[in-house]
Amino acid sequence: MEYKLTAPLTQEDIAQLKVGDRVYLSGTIYTARDAAHKRFIEALDRGEELPFPVEGSVMFYVGPSPAAPGQVIGAAGPTTSYRMDDFSPRLIALGQKGMIGKGKRSPEVIDAMKKYGAVYFAAVGGAGALIAGCIKEAEVIAYPDLGAEAVRRLKIEDMPLLVAIDHAGNNLYEQGPETWREKHGIGE
Amino acid sequence: MRQFPVEDLIEPIKRMCIQAAKVLPCDVRAKLEEARANEDALASAAALDDIITNYKLAEESQMPMCQDTGMTLVFIEQGEEVCLAGNLEEAVNEGVRQGYIEGYLRKSIVEDPIRRVNTGDNTPAMVYLERVPGDKVTVTIAPKGFGSENMSRLKMLKPADGLEGVKNFILETVRLAGPNPCPPIIVGVGIGGNFDKCALAAKKSLLRSTGEHNPDPFYADLEKEMLVRINETGIGAQGYGGRSTALACHINALPTHIAGLPVAVNIQCHAARHVTEVL
Repeated sequence: MEYKLTAPLTQEDIAQLKVGDRVYLSGTIYTARDAAHKRFIEALDRGEELPFPVEGSVMFYVGPSPAAPGQVIGAAGPTTSYRMDDFSPRLIALGQKGMIGKGKRSPEVIDAMKKYGAVYFAAVGGAGALIAGCIKEAEVIAYPDLGAEAVRRLKIEDMPLLVAIDHAGNNLYEQGPETWREKHGIGE
Repeated sequence: MRQFPVEDLIEPIKRMCIQAAKVLPCDVRAKLEEARANEDALASAAALDDIITNYKLAEESQMPMCQDTGMTLVFIEQGEEVCLAGNLEEAVNEGVRQGYIEGYLRKSIVEDPIRRVNTGDNTPAMVYLERVPGDKVTVTIAPKGFGSENMSRLKMLKPADGLEGVKNFILETVRLAGPNPCPPIIVGVGIGGNFDKCALAAKKSLLRSTGEHNPDPFYADLEKEMLVRINETGIGAQGYGGRSTALACHINALPTHIAGLPVAVNIQCHAARHVTEVL
């Protein structure tokens, strides 16, 4: 199935999505990767607010290259998501509804996605120039000292994504290879 | 003896850093097109379409093809009849600094692995110096992203583990990596040597033109066999499931000790960036 959705996302948006669905995402999303996630958790531990509204939010794991003159942003493809696995369950429990990255997630993240209702989207890794074209505005909103790793608010239009893990825990990274091997009669 | 002041490396290295980030080499393009033509899984084929569109767009719009413009690997082959006069690392780093700043490339290097403060200019580069016959200086710039570098592994096998042990380790490494290193990947393998030279052999195998085989027919056959078996994992482009797990497997072997069989697997993502110039 194909969907056009707008972030922030609702429980209803999430509930309809199944693994393998194509989603064209528009709206407002946030960026963070390793260092910013660490700071989010430290802020929460100190009882402070997060620097973005977490309810319904979609987090894009990206550290873009710098914008050249006349560009909104530089190359902006996803980074590998497992490095955020230690931090994601806490954000999901607070209302984060979507994550955009590439690669596997831990059982703990998937459990949190099932419990609270969240979806994990895959963007094509290494397609930094292509994805940059979907980003219409970019603004650093926290941790500017982190450079590429700073937290940005992005306005996006029709960013092409795949549902890699849905809210029921169905996982494209398991099902896709299994299906292909079955079709070709190849064992594990 | 040809005199070659190291300052003469700065401009070419700057230029090559920018080119490497924005223009995917022809050998990789050809392998990606081939993988797309052979892919029979829809999601994997669509990912390959996006990857191919992306490298074309990157070149046209002069934007890096991937936001991870990498740790800068600089391989220098110094002819025996050339005197490289001056502080080589300093000159290389100046070229990298200028390239990453003027080319709007991402600065991805932290000064210390634990304290993690960004150096702000992507230096220091990783410099590999080798002496070769002749009076030329050959420079290869190969920016390496860490999505794939993180999925690389090394193991000190026993001699009794033999060829089967090596094959199993390669396949295990590819399976464990799964979607994480941005498949289709290039699998660089070092066998033999010692702990560190084995890893370097794996890394240097990635500098070959993609799919170019080891000149030793034994290893060329092993490369062909391993590519087939890697692609039978079904991981596919981006790990979505399909045939296009790897574009190539390159193997370099080295003499080793009677007690050892080191094997290293260095994984390269599909953005296999490398530029070489002879100076």
